[in-house]
Amino acid sequence: MRCLLCHASIEQDVNWDTVLKPVETRVMCAACRETLPLIEGNVCPICNRKMDCNATCSDCQKWEQSDKWQGVLKRNQSLYHYHEGIQEVITQWKYRGDYVLVKLFQSDIERIVKDRRKQWPTAVVPIPLSSERLVERGFNQAEAIARLMTRKPVHLLERLDSEKQSKKTRYERLNRINPFRSKTSVPPHVLLVDDIYTTGATLRYAAKALQDAGCLHIESFTLIRG
Amino acid sequence: MKGCCILVSSLPNTPDSSALCPLSGKLLLKHELHYPDEQIHQWLNEGAVTHISSIEKTLTGRRCMRCGNTKHYLFAEMPCHACQSTCYYCRNCIQMGRVLACQPLYYGASATSYPEHPEPCEWEGSLSRFQLDAATRITAAMASERERLLVWAVCGAGKTEMLFPGLTQALSQGKRICLATPRTDVVRELLPRMKAAFPGVSLEGLYGDSPDKAGDAQLIIATTHQLYRYAYCFDVVVIDEIDAFPFHADPSLNYAAKRAAKATASFIYLTATPRRKQKWAIAFRQLPVVFVARRFHGYPLPVPQLKMIASLRRQLKAGQLPNVIAQHIASQQQRGTRQLLLFVPTIQLAEMLTDLLAAHYSSITSVHSKDPDREHKIQQFRNREKSLLMTTTILERGVTFPSVDVFVLDAGHDVFDEAALVQMAGRAGRSPDDPCGDVIFYHAGKRNAMVDAVAAIKRMNRIGSTL
Repeated sequence: MRCLLCHASIEQDVNWDTVLKPVETRVMCAACRETLPLIEGNVCPICNRKMDCNATCSDCQKWEQSDKWQGVLKRNQSLYHYHEGIQEVITQWKYRGDYVLVKLFQSDIERIVKDRRKQWPTAVVPIPLSSERLVERGFNQAEAIARLMTRKPVHLLERLDSEKQSKKTRYERLNRINPFRSKTSVPPHVLLVDDIYTTGATLRYAAKALQDAGCLHIESFTLIRG
Repeated sequence: MKGCCILVSSLPNTPDSSALCPLSGKLLLKHELHYPDEQIHQWLNEGAVTHISSIEKTLTGRRCMRCGNTKHYLFAEMPCHACQSTCYYCRNCIQMGRVLACQPLYYGASATSYPEHPEPCEWEGSLSRFQLDAATRITAAMASERERLLVWAVCGAGKTEMLFPGLTQALSQGKRICLATPRTDVVRELLPRMKAAFPGVSLEGLYGDSPDKAGDAQLIIATTHQLYRYAYCFDVVVIDEIDAFPFHADPSLNYAAKRAAKATASFIYLTATPRRKQKWAIAFRQLPVVFVARRFHGYPLPVPQLKMIASLRRQLKAGQLPNVIAQHIASQQQRGTRQLLLFVPTIQLAEMLTDLLAAHYSSITSVHSKDPDREHKIQQFRNREKSLLMTTTILERGVTFPSVDVFVLDAGHDVFDEAALVQMAGRAGRSPDDPCGDVIFYHAGKRNAMVDAVAAIKRMNRIGSTL
């Protein structure tokens, strides 16, 4: 096997596990593994941001104080911290279109899905891309993640705008018409999936659209907590 | 170059009507064509532009027809939105845009002719007697077809100037020329010099985020990666610093360079530190070579001094600078005659030592590959606003500062191979006004690379002294 990031060949350890357990193929070398740090320790119970103590962060307090957004998104779970190293991986994966890098996240995603199987809603809904962006990239990164979580992601949403989120300020992200439209028949519990939680606006707009269509409980899972 | 042959034989002969097609000589992806669909259709019908399948099956696997990659681990599958099925793509050249198996490459037949410039060169300098011999050989190689020539010239021999007579002649014959180099910094430095030397010739500099994008000029100065976008259009290809990363380590760049050239093209390779592969080719007379063993000003290369400091690594690890080095830096800076280039093996070390030294020297600055501000900082050093520049190997080659001393910290580190050490030593004494310069390798124990580098420099000086 070769490391998906640096292409160096990975030496598999030879020990009793090699003989007794099913082969576990590693897709990353140890050095590249460090570019993906898992979120551990104290986090905000709503958005999963890293905190000094287990208190709700100031951003989530703002969300929860507003009448419009209170309780729209019950909880977000993320896998990795945001930093420069992971930004490079995401750029390569999402913007350059190196689809196979989704395998880097596979084992971590599978583990978290196993852990949360009881708590999480069963309907996994990836955040859609605008058709323009989909043609440009060739794949939807949220759907790629969702496919690692379940065999059948549910497509309930449709995206109406096409602008890039990353080019907007926080104010612009929060004050606009909902870019998502939901189908009319929705399950009561939904798990939204996206690649990155930055301000939480995208996920909340999507959750809002689902809630208006009749959804009761909406949680989310993202790869990175920005 | 099996890939090239397959591609050549599968290309149809195209009529001369393609002379006006701006895609002439290029090999592009769909999204790189900034023309309306009708226009492209018309070109396709006329035969000026041809579809080429982007990833071909070979006996043992696949080949990317843009970069020539055949390594199986550099291909991957993805569920493709365009063809609604699983599609292969090439991971090797993905930073130049993704090549998907279901989307063809667009090849514009190269039929454009370029003007003949009778007297294009306005460079007023003259070549030294050391440069003249090589310049004559280069001119002869450029004038004929299918020639290859390796120019093995010491650092600071004036390689660019040696090309001028050859370029002058090639341009007067209306040839199209590509000057490729592995490094963006070198393209940026060469561009104004070439523009000044050949003002009447259309000229473009291409690199990752260059302001020039079209790439239609007669004289192209580009990073080797840009050659992925060309096919069979250059009459002369000059590759500068063939031994530099990433060119020597990436066979697909060599593939791209060969593919960018016409079948009748001549290749000129320039280097100060050939790798083993080229040395073997020279030894077995597979590659014609011309030596330039003296710098253009006629003085010998400064020979590095090796200084051993047994505790070097331990102290650097503990975040300290050994006293001996600190004293050397202090006395060098007090003399104030030359600026100081301080090479370190890693970015972390560069940052750590810059912080440490900034307390004593206000005019210190540091650059490394991840530094967004590096162009500006190098310019400051060039303007003599700063007297001390801490750098990683990114400045090992292609840059000229008139009067510097060179210190290399931890010269035994794995990133410093023989070529890198010779190149770093070659930064000193480049100006005729100050042809010497101190070069000191600080090390924690001699390694082969250091000894070989010193031997290589001495050897060149010996050859040079007999001229």
